Amino acid sequence: MSIILDISKVDMVFPTPKGDFTALQGVDLQIKKGEFISLIGHSGCGKSTVLNIVACLHKATKGGVLLHNKEVTEPGPERAVVFQNHSLLPWLTAYQNIELAVKQVFKNKMSKAEMKEWIEHNLRLVHMDHARDKRPDEISGGMKQRIGIARALSMKPEILLMDEPFGALDALTRAHMQDSLMEIQQKLNNTVIMITHDVDEAVLLSDRIVMMTNGPAATIGEILDVNLPHPRNRLALAEDMEYNRLRSAVLTFLYEKQRKVEVIPPPEASKPDETEQVKSSVA
Amino acid sequence: MNIKKLIMTYISAKAQTFILPLAGICCFLLLWSLTASSIDTSLGKFPGPSAVATQVGNLITEHNAERVKKDAFYLRQDQRNQTRMAKDPSYQPKERTYTGKETFIDQIFTSLITVLSGFLLAAVIAIPLGIAIGLSPTLNSAINPIIQIFKPVSPLAWLPLVTMVVSSVYVSVDPMFAKSFITSLITVTLCSLWPMVINTSFGVISMNQDWVNVSQVLSLPKLVHIQKIVLPASIPAIFTGMRMSLGIAWMVLIAAEMLAQNPGLGKFVWDEFQNGSSQSLSRIMTAVLAIGLIGYLLDRSMLQLQKMLSWDKSSAQL
Repeated sequence: MSIILDISKVDMVFPTPKGDFTALQGVDLQIKKGEFISLIGHSGCGKSTVLNIVACLHKATKGGVLLHNKEVTEPGPERAVVFQNHSLLPWLTAYQNIELAVKQVFKNKMSKAEMKEWIEHNLRLVHMDHARDKRPDEISGGMKQRIGIARALSMKPEILLMDEPFGALDALTRAHMQDSLMEIQQKLNNTVIMITHDVDEAVLLSDRIVMMTNGPAATIGEILDVNLPHPRNRLALAEDMEYNRLRSAVLTFLYEKQRKVEVIPPPEASKPDETEQVKSSVA
Repeated sequence: MNIKKLIMTYISAKAQTFILPLAGICCFLLLWSLTASSIDTSLGKFPGPSAVATQVGNLITEHNAERVKKDAFYLRQDQRNQTRMAKDPSYQPKERTYTGKETFIDQIFTSLITVLSGFLLAAVIAIPLGIAIGLSPTLNSAINPIIQIFKPVSPLAWLPLVTMVVSSVYVSVDPMFAKSFITSLITVTLCSLWPMVINTSFGVISMNQDWVNVSQVLSLPKLVHIQKIVLPASIPAIFTGMRMSLGIAWMVLIAAEMLAQNPGLGKFVWDEFQNGSSQSLSRIMTAVLAIGLIGYLLDRSMLQLQKMLSWDKSSAQL
């Protein structure tokens, strides 16, 4: 399969009052069409920065992003983003939120009836057709995130960027959402980059897991291929040898090779200077 | 037992919304009538609630009497014209407007129209300006000092300048609006401008960054971005500014009318003060209460409008 997205030697330096802070250094990743990539790493390592650079919400200091061999310089609907906290517009209903996207992206390409059908199709895809006329504050967190995904899918993106899409949800809802996402992925076979810090989520959903080292100057540490057959079933996989091997590989990377805290202090023995240390390693 | 409990909750709920405010008003009336009777002025005793109640009746009667006179005047004029027309078909009938004394109720309407026009003009200027300032940090830095300097200026300080400018600039043979109306309107506009500008720009600046990101990902054109994202996002803040502005506008208008002798409730108060009859104080007191009541109703209407238009129902509270 052909390379659709090329993240090419990206450096990201943020100017701060104390001097420049190098967040990312030499991030280099090629993504094939239809691939589901998970970006995993400790918080603060710059996963979101990578995603924002692909979306062009941030501008890379060095290097760049090529989509179909063309450098991207501006945000655009072909790189649709599902934000962590859904970011639906609270004054619009579920339908209208998607409509705003569809009207903008397919302005002269769809008739009114086609647009309506397409919006409703996307609502059905995320099983939210019953909440079509509900506003975001009238539905639960999981439902909001479903609408957020429907909005991103409705743009027919070349690549779907998901920034910890289920991070704010409780464990049960998250499992439901992962199942839904797998179901959608079976149908559409989108190219996806998803940020997560949930190891199970990464193994369950991805074709490749990209593990990032800790910042500052974070970069790609290891890439793990996940060759489990689709469709995947979380219950069946719990017993699967390969699944557990992959899972422990990610865990080993995160908690041994890229361990964040030198000594994990037992709760009663935690000293203030140690928490200080953790903070400075985050920053 | 259960029914008793239910009745108790019902009564306590009623007490919150109805009985307690009523008790407060009753206490105030009692205190007012007690203190009023012990204050002596050169125009007689300070008016108590009963004197005000009498004046309310008087003012309505006067208004009705004036209406009857006005109708009679137009009837006479029509009859006169018709008889002249019957005698001489080439006669051009003269239409004169009735120039009787403006009653209390006329003055209320004059003031209401002035305050609403001035307020609307201010909103038309302030909301786009506030959005522009909120969207552009450059413009914000440039305009902010000007706003900070003009904001604390009492509009009454503007009044002489506005009066002079209006009388020299607004010259026409057949003016659509009276000069006094324009003067009051501009004064009201000048003072209700700033809270709306400041609140609107604050609403735009404090807009959720996620919504801006959504707009960027969708590559919304600038105007669509303002219309679909910025404006609805700042509606709650805009309404806060509008309510503040309308309150200030109403206060300022009364003062401006008093000072400039422009028609309206302020002029009514001033005229009564100059008149100095035994009824003057109670008529002024009536006007004071009417001004308060109208101010309250204006604020409630604004709140109602906010409840209808704003998506953020939680910000549309008292």
